[in-house]
Amino acid sequence: MSSTPANKTVVLGVLGVDAHVVGNKIMAHALESAGFKVANIGIFSSQEDFIRAAIESAADAILVASLCGHGEMECRGFRDKCMEAGIGGIQLVVGGNLVVGKQQWEDVERRFLEMGFNRVYPPGVSPKKVVEDLKRDLNCSSESGARSSG
Amino acid sequence: MSLALLIDFGSTFTKIQAIDLAAEEIVAYAQSCTTVETDIMVGLREALDLLPPKIRNSTFSCKLSSSSAAGGLAMVTIGLIPELSAEAARRAALGAGAKVIRVYSFRLSSRELQELEALKPDILLLAGGTDGGNSEVILENAKKLAQSQVRCPIVIAGNKVAADEVNDLLSFSGKTTLVTDNVMPEVNGLNVEPARAMIRKVFIERIIEAKGLKKAEEFVEGILMPTPTAVLSAAQLLSQGTASERGLGDLVVVDIGGATTDVHSIGLGNPVQAGVVCKGLPEPMAKRTVEGDLGIRYNANFILKLCGQERILKNARFSHPDLLQKLQSLSRSVETLPRSEEDLDLDFALAASAAQSAMERHAGTIETLWGPQGQYYVQHGKDLTNIGHLIGTGGIFIHHSQAGEILRKTLFSLQEPFSLRPRDPAIYTDARYCLFAIGLLADRYPEQACRIARKYLKKWN
Repeated sequence: MSSTPANKTVVLGVLGVDAHVVGNKIMAHALESAGFKVANIGIFSSQEDFIRAAIESAADAILVASLCGHGEMECRGFRDKCMEAGIGGIQLVVGGNLVVGKQQWEDVERRFLEMGFNRVYPPGVSPKKVVEDLKRDLNCSSESGARSSG
Repeated sequence: MSLALLIDFGSTFTKIQAIDLAAEEIVAYAQSCTTVETDIMVGLREALDLLPPKIRNSTFSCKLSSSSAAGGLAMVTIGLIPELSAEAARRAALGAGAKVIRVYSFRLSSRELQELEALKPDILLLAGGTDGGNSEVILENAKKLAQSQVRCPIVIAGNKVAADEVNDLLSFSGKTTLVTDNVMPEVNGLNVEPARAMIRKVFIERIIEAKGLKKAEEFVEGILMPTPTAVLSAAQLLSQGTASERGLGDLVVVDIGGATTDVHSIGLGNPVQAGVVCKGLPEPMAKRTVEGDLGIRYNANFILKLCGQERILKNARFSHPDLLQKLQSLSRSVETLPRSEEDLDLDFALAASAAQSAMERHAGTIETLWGPQGQYYVQHGKDLTNIGHLIGTGGIFIHHSQAGEILRKTLFSLQEPFSLRPRDPAIYTDARYCLFAIGLLADRYPEQACRIARKYLKKWN
């Protein structure tokens, strides 16, 4: 079967004690419009919540948002827990206001890649770029599967 | 006179209500011991003999019954993740009036499979995976069940993509299977009604006979549902009303029995305060929880174990120095009815303690989280603080002069502000023990049933 976003499931949510819901809704809309099946677990989600949802829905990727600045602390051990739960190879994506203060983006990105994330996005990234990267990373053909966004 | 005869084959007592549907009145009530071990009809005949002859010899327009005899409807549920599909399956079974004796998640181990065979449930509910999600685990569990000694009907309510294959695996090996919609079609999406309906169908078609209750159908038209389903259905009717009868709105029913204490809530239970976020699997509109270890006769001992002497005595007026011996004697002679003031006080304390624990477990809770911007509140379960009506049912609510007070003990308390129990509801008791009968009538005579239920609720505040 050819791979299209329509047969790819992604788990989306906001990690930790973080109430930033607007970006979460926009990202969910962008992914659904591109044809992905989205299991949106919303705000205040723990690493375990993401992993449980990914197992139950046989997800192809987990998209983690962290906007409160505590990303580095909250994201630690995520890949290890996925491995422990039997989904060690899943595509892990993170983005948002991952750290506080003026830090070099390259350093921030490197630290999150070292944690086991496959893609790390800076603040203000376009949802379109996230969607395009995801299609490529999950080997989706780009022409099919898209739904009308109305 | 258009008489309806409504019978409940309870775990301890067989109860009969005779209701005049035209006059919308209860005309007679009788009870006798349930005799399922020997012949279910013996206890039923004894109870019928206690009815006034004029009633007993009447022609009835319907004879309907519910049953929790012979251990009730014992179910085992299987899902994938404990907090997701396994929990959804458990809720579906509870809502169908079952006693959930075990919940399994992930791949069944050989040890679990052996345990499951020994448990001999009446029905097995097999779930796992969202629609289009994980199918490996439910398939593997189906393979294991196919090779097992499990003999009971298996209701399949998991990932729809795997359902046919799961069904084939099981039915080709001689198992009785029934396929229905997924209890959790998407992550955090609950769909328990189709599974509930299927469980009820299996109950009527197979379980009644398997439990030796079929003989009762010589007399009654049918044993339609497990007793808790009848009570839940009465609660729904009272809450939602009918085409011409306005419902009471959101409500909670506490059912204190000899072996278990059930709590039923009808309502969404959404947060009532600003700034509270709900997490976890959504709650069913009609939710039932059952505390199988909290009953004021069979499990009187367990109330002491679970609630502690301090809580029981806090709910009592007497000091009950021989509490342990009394409770042991109650759990041995389950038909004991209170005689002295002290007995009545002990029954009150046991019922209040059981109801408190059951309500605490049923109601939602608030968790406080600290984030960079301060404090956040996350709600798990239903917020029942604004529920308008609280109803008690069960034997103790007929006889006890302080019955309303038992329910008052379950209310919200400032000492535990994060337990979202009802704050200031109107309190009622099912003083004529008719809720099960109302639930049985609800499908066929909803308008009359609704009015009769309201007429016989005794208000305490």
